[in-house]
Amino acid sequence: MPAWLVAYWELMGFGPRGWGALMLQAAAMTVAVSSSGFALGALFGALAAWGRLSGHRIAAAIATTYTTVIRGIPELLVIYLVFFGGAAALGWFHRLFWGGEGFVSLPAFVAGFVAVGISNGAYQAEVFRGAHAAVARGEIEAARAVGMPRWLIARRIVAPQVLRFALPGLGNCWQLCLKESALISVTGLVELLRQSFIGGRSTRDFFSFLLTGAALYLVITTLSSGLFALAERRAMRGLRRA
Amino acid sequence: MDLAFLADCFLRIVPGIPMTLALTALSVSVGLVFACLLAAMRLSGNTLLDWPARLHVFVFRGTPLAIQMFLIYFGLAQFEVVRTSVLWPYLREPFWCAFGALMLNTAAYGSEIVRGGLLAVPCGEVEAARACGMSGFLLFRRIVAPIALRRALPGYGNEIILMVKATSLASMVTLVEVTGLAARIISTTYRVFEAFAVAAAIYLAINFAIARAVAALEWWLSPHLRGAPPPAPDLRLAH
Repeated sequence: MPAWLVAYWELMGFGPRGWGALMLQAAAMTVAVSSSGFALGALFGALAAWGRLSGHRIAAAIATTYTTVIRGIPELLVIYLVFFGGAAALGWFHRLFWGGEGFVSLPAFVAGFVAVGISNGAYQAEVFRGAHAAVARGEIEAARAVGMPRWLIARRIVAPQVLRFALPGLGNCWQLCLKESALISVTGLVELLRQSFIGGRSTRDFFSFLLTGAALYLVITTLSSGLFALAERRAMRGLRRA
Repeated sequence: MDLAFLADCFLRIVPGIPMTLALTALSVSVGLVFACLLAAMRLSGNTLLDWPARLHVFVFRGTPLAIQMFLIYFGLAQFEVVRTSVLWPYLREPFWCAFGALMLNTAAYGSEIVRGGLLAVPCGEVEAARACGMSGFLLFRRIVAPIALRRALPGYGNEIILMVKATSLASMVTLVEVTGLAARIISTTYRVFEAFAVAAAIYLAINFAIARAVAALEWWLSPHLRGAPPPAPDLRLAH
């Protein structure tokens, strides 16, 4: 083995001086914070899409404002808003109900996944809206004709098809989530980018650490796009393709 | 809402606008050249050109921009070769590091948009041009490029807006732009909403202007899709 590879393995391996376990732990944190953010984004996205489609004027205005503003500003700004705004809100509650004093900080993980959820929800809302438009009107008319009430139609006919048509777009949203999770490092959460930075700073070898971090991101994105492709194929199995 | 503080925030954040705009303009324009180059490599049919372009797109689209920026800013400086190279005066500056990361990143995303536009040119159009005796550069200039440009423009407009948002990451490598200034106010005063509102309004204004400009360019480039002007009313029938 060449000398640089031995040195690299000693640095990034799982020996007593290796950073391998910490890097993998940080990668797991990246996946955890992105997937919680993605789930919250699905909730916000579904609510916003429902607001847009409900025909209710105020709900539609709120949903449109949400998706337009959030998609027009940097994710980093949303993260700062949630992290510091959440702390300010917590401090206010703390003073109001418990008479406490001083600064109450929001846990970095919570701030991170809420911020990712807020930004990703705006993108998911558009995906859901597009998927809803792709559901054939005839299916809903048929369901109404056999006497299904609205909620049953939503659950049996609309929701499964919206999910099916939304899958490719949701895959893109998940990739956005993963990449946005790197920005959460500004709140101090030790995810992959933060861990690579810390490792690089303490060993004075930024390059190896950041390159390893980037490689781990590539592994995560490649694996998850494979999983989404599988899910898509499974969701489409009942459909005839032209 | 404290209006005096809001005005104060505005005055403190506005000086960051030139940096945001400069980073966007530079990285988008140079990135577009690289994007066209990468798209040409992908479509060349030559494996030796195709694979490096594929690798570039795979790596830059599969990793977060933040880590790319950190790799260039923190990672490259540790090599003696880099510190003694002609590029060192640039790679030492956070501005050029941020520009490099943004530019290489948008080149990767942009190349897919350009490639999609080129692939969307209908075969019939090219065949018809060949039948008329056009070939080579003339065919590209008269037929392929205009059609591909129109097809790629909406997607590229989105990419420009994403780049405006991406310049906010430059604050992570010490550059002073809109998001960095807003974050500084937020983290020193703990008054979140005024600084956030000002920064958000600035980004929304920039992005709105870009979206309108791209839409106008699209309108200007597709006169054949505008439809005939409404016919003048026939005044004889009024009598």
